[in-house]
Amino acid sequence: MKKKKLRMGHVLAYLFLISGILITVFPFLWMILTSLKSQTEAIRVPPTIFPAKLIFENYVTVFEKIPFARMYLNTIISAVVTILGHLVICSMAAYAFARLKFPGRNVIFMLLLAVLMIPSSLFILPQYLIVQKLGLLNTIVALFLPNLFSAFGTFLLRQFFMSLPDELEDAARLDGCSRFMIYARIMLPLIRSGLAALGIITLRFAWNDLMWPLIVNTSTHKMTLSAGLSYLQGQRWADYPAMMAGAVMAVLPLLVLFIVFQKQFIEGIAMSGIKG
Amino acid sequence: MGKRGKKTNISSIKERFWGYTMIAPLVTGLSVFYFYPVIKVFFDSFRDVGAFNQGDWCGIRNYQELFADPVMWQALGNTLKYVVIIVPGMLLLSLILAALLNMNIKGRSLFRVIYFIPAITMGAAVAMIWKWIYNGDYGILNQILQLCGFEKIRFLGEEATALPAVCVVCIWGSVGYNMIILLAGIQGISKTYYEAAAIDGAGGIRQFFNITLPMVTPTLFFVLITNLIGTFQTFDAIYMLVPNTSMAAGSAQSLVVYFYRNAFSYSRRGYASAIAVVLLAIIMAITAVQLKVQKYWVNYDE
Repeated sequence: MKKKKLRMGHVLAYLFLISGILITVFPFLWMILTSLKSQTEAIRVPPTIFPAKLIFENYVTVFEKIPFARMYLNTIISAVVTILGHLVICSMAAYAFARLKFPGRNVIFMLLLAVLMIPSSLFILPQYLIVQKLGLLNTIVALFLPNLFSAFGTFLLRQFFMSLPDELEDAARLDGCSRFMIYARIMLPLIRSGLAALGIITLRFAWNDLMWPLIVNTSTHKMTLSAGLSYLQGQRWADYPAMMAGAVMAVLPLLVLFIVFQKQFIEGIAMSGIKG
Repeated sequence: MGKRGKKTNISSIKERFWGYTMIAPLVTGLSVFYFYPVIKVFFDSFRDVGAFNQGDWCGIRNYQELFADPVMWQALGNTLKYVVIIVPGMLLLSLILAALLNMNIKGRSLFRVIYFIPAITMGAAVAMIWKWIYNGDYGILNQILQLCGFEKIRFLGEEATALPAVCVVCIWGSVGYNMIILLAGIQGISKTYYEAAAIDGAGGIRQFFNITLPMVTPTLFFVLITNLIGTFQTFDAIYMLVPNTSMAAGSAQSLVVYFYRNAFSYSRRGYASAIAVVLLAIIMAITAVQLKVQKYWVNYDE
């Protein structure tokens, strides 16, 4: 009797989970299927599910309509520099906040936490004006400049540094290592999982962010992929198969990385919830 | 400090030196790109700033205009609707999924991976896909409606449906992400509770309500706070799905989208700054209330 009840529970669980999977996956499938259809087939009534004939021209069209290769490159450069900036700047400050004593440390750290609470739209207009004043609008630098560091990243890595035992540093200090050397040589390698988590969280943000790239770079050659997709959609011509092809290509790199490093991705995100 | 020997003094000076040096890049960056902007926005919200950043002091006129602006009130109302629909919907679904994936189920990790895919997908691409699904003439949803003998609906072009349609996209996009965080919280609950409950004969559903739910409240609180703040700032989906040219633009526009349009489309920077300040005040208030209320429902003892 008990076993039967348990089975019923499992069947219901599977039903719920599988219908959830279908809802999750369908938009992606529909994107891929549409991207392989001709424009006339895509708007046929009643619709076809699978393309009558596989058409790959939509993928070429995207490169013809917008400088898609440039956008790819811009996004990659911006994401890589943003991640490196985060890993270096945040980890250094996080180490100082976690393990060094200096006057004003707690006050500065509280100010840092205050930044976490403030909505990004409060910063974005002055940030734009600063970038404008520096003459950096429509440059690659504009894409990553205010995003090279974050209060969140510093906070996250500080939690990792704080969890390391003091004895690790004591021996090195007796040997006369400077605090910076201790940070770089001993402590940093020990928080690898934290750095990986921050790297992943930052990658996800840098690759997908829309508002900032949309604002600073209006020339299509300097746009990121997400701004490029927005631009593509804003065009008068409603070539849905081409748009879907663009979306497929914009989404693919992160999807592939995710499939390869799924454990690190999921752990990194889960960590941000627990440590935060 | 005075009691310590000379040696510790030198090392504490060195420690200070490295402390300040190592936070210097972050503090410089934060000052230029975060602290200064906060002050600047407050300042500009009292100025009549237009496209070229010139502008005179105008007292509280931006705020007076803002509170008399029906579009702002509509945007604020829309924002509240987004919060009230998206946050509970997302929380409920991600909690159910997390609880189910915590069960002894085959293919758990595969489920987890697939559910997570929307979370790593570019918001602009997600919006594009859904815009195609929602399309008023050829979208698959309308094709299905017609096959079933219903009238076509311009999901994103009509005032009544645009906002709910955006909500669906937002929930679809955020459930997996929050499910992962909640699942990590659930997996952190000590197994002994469940073993004790099983001995007492408590079934799965009772275990969920008596153990899982109370024990996961700290994580739930984190997810609630971050999503409240996040949903208040919904931008990508609204900007892409219901552009300014749409008939339903006003009825789907959130406060942040209205801010964006004032700041960067209409070049009304002083006015936009006032919107940003109001947004900050609202988010601060919500967070403060949540922090106060949490002690009634969040369970912090292990």
